Amino acid sequence: MKDDSTAEAYNFAYLDEQTKRMIRRAILKGLAVPGYQVPFASREMPMPYGWGTGGVQVTAACLVPEDRLKVIDQGADDTTNAVSIRKFFSRTAGVATTERTQDATLIQTRHRIPETPLHVGQILVYQVPIPEPLRFLEPRETETRKMHELEEYGLMHVKLYEDIARHGQIATSYDYPVMVEGRYVMDPSPIPKFDNPKLSGSPAIQLFGAGREQRIYALPPFTKVVSLDFDDHPFQPSKAAHDCDLCGAARSYLDEVITDDQGGRMFVCSDTDFCAGRREMGHKGRLWAPETEGAA
Amino acid sequence: MYVAVKGGERAIDNAHAWLAEERRGDTSVPELSVPQIREQMKLAVNRVMAEGSLYDPDLAALAIKQARGDLIEAVFLIRAYRTTLPRLASSHPVDTGTMEVDRRISATFKDLPGGQVLGPTFDYTHRLLDFKLAAEGAMPRAGTGAATPGTMPHVMDILNRDGLIEDAMPDNAPPPDLTREPMELPASRPLRLQAITRGDEGFILSLAYSTQRGYGRTHAFVGELRIGRVAVEVDIPELGFAVEIGEVEVTECETVNQFVGSKTKPAQFTRGYGLVFGQSERKAIAMSLVDRALRWKELGEDFTAAPAQDEEFVLMHADNVQATGFLEHIKLPHYVDFQAELELLRKLRAKAHALKEGAE
Repeated sequence: MKDDSTAEAYNFAYLDEQTKRMIRRAILKGLAVPGYQVPFASREMPMPYGWGTGGVQVTAACLVPEDRLKVIDQGADDTTNAVSIRKFFSRTAGVATTERTQDATLIQTRHRIPETPLHVGQILVYQVPIPEPLRFLEPRETETRKMHELEEYGLMHVKLYEDIARHGQIATSYDYPVMVEGRYVMDPSPIPKFDNPKLSGSPAIQLFGAGREQRIYALPPFTKVVSLDFDDHPFQPSKAAHDCDLCGAARSYLDEVITDDQGGRMFVCSDTDFCAGRREMGHKGRLWAPETEGAA
Repeated sequence: MYVAVKGGERAIDNAHAWLAEERRGDTSVPELSVPQIREQMKLAVNRVMAEGSLYDPDLAALAIKQARGDLIEAVFLIRAYRTTLPRLASSHPVDTGTMEVDRRISATFKDLPGGQVLGPTFDYTHRLLDFKLAAEGAMPRAGTGAATPGTMPHVMDILNRDGLIEDAMPDNAPPPDLTREPMELPASRPLRLQAITRGDEGFILSLAYSTQRGYGRTHAFVGELRIGRVAVEVDIPELGFAVEIGEVEVTECETVNQFVGSKTKPAQFTRGYGLVFGQSERKAIAMSLVDRALRWKELGEDFTAAPAQDEEFVLMHADNVQATGFLEHIKLPHYVDFQAELELLRKLRAKAHALKEGAE
């Protein structure tokens, strides 16, 4: 434990054991019924709703002292909220942390799935703002629960069809709805649709926590997850049509960085660990100059 | 050359240090103490206790100090603290009939048993800035009188003696607990009242106001508004009887509303109810109006699509800690999603341009 006195005042991983038990029950139920949204008595956490309180509670309920935790936001380990959540758990749980995807036993993420394939024994925890994939088609929870019960997903297909009629293609680029094991339509959280194929058949356990909306759902390992589409308009994962300017990766998701006010821009991997790992292995992108490392 | 955005950790530490400095402000001005806030910002303390769902004036005052006077932030601090506390016992329902009353007014009867007690109210003050306060002089003391003895009957009970108002049937089922179970809809009235009493004062006020202006009108009269201290009693299993463990200040508002009835069932007034920690009368009155508006189904009224009648709309949006969190989270990084949207938009535009050129 750290020499921080506030850490002593709280239970391991902040939440009391009763609360963790309640959350674990919801997680187990979620794993038993993949894609089904399990209501749970979400607690107020010491960070605001919208900052990942659902993910934090799921992580708190899953952590054991032997865990090695990785936290990413937008794919990066050093974004402020990722730093803040990682700090929270190293303070309240004293667990080891890492930035390396393959070394982590539990990864909490916001908006991305790591590029490095996950392996058996890992848990990926997603932070979810709006767990209900039908929410923007039907604002009432009482209605959407009924729609899931009856597998009444016509409205979603109509929405996707209207996109095609209007734009010539499905105009959803992130938060792209999926069908889980042919039963529940599920919101994959606001990951870019580029990441959707990684949801399916993953050897890792995938858990989704929505704190404000009080919902947990899950994908057990090797669950079949299909992005919704039409035969004549198949699902297409997409990314910027560039290579990473730092590591040269051609098939990783890229952030666009504006470098001046003359239209200059560069593209870099959003997954910082993946990008750094490739550079360590000697891969170089268009703009990589190792001597500037110190300045960073 | 591009330098990766690093140093999130240092940025956070620096931001916190600066925040602490800003909170303190000019150090040549004496620092506010928590007791000063507790005693002199009492209505703010009350609001933080009510919306934080924790009765502790000292902690609420500390939260206000820490939050630099941002009351929603203070409510959030209290909620985050309260969630770590063990639930030791459930009290008996408080008996507001035996309240030690500081203020008790009825808008429906000119005089009534127990009398009208104005108490410490802004109601008849002239809202003129009092520059004497800026001079920080000693204030004159208010006169004192004998305490009102014994119980003070509820106006509602007086009305009910003649059957003029609907019965409020006692319900001894353990109430649901919004803080321990996920909200389930449709909600029972106890659950609705819990959500409203900790709901944002501004939101509940506006909803209540909207019913007065015709969006789900319920024609409310303030039958009674009372503010004072009530005893909190808890059963001690070892003793086998209830023991008073302390008292809390609450504001209770009961409204008398337009009637229900039919040819066979004599017409009766209906009730709206509000109960809030501390002296929080705006909130208590607003709460009772919203409570009444939400009861349309049970009373066989029409749903007129008024926001205040819509249980899911009211309950899912009343909590300011949830609302402010979700609202403000859009300032967090969304590079990844935005990038996905950018690519999509570029693709759609390229397609439209190609089509246009093809047509020309």
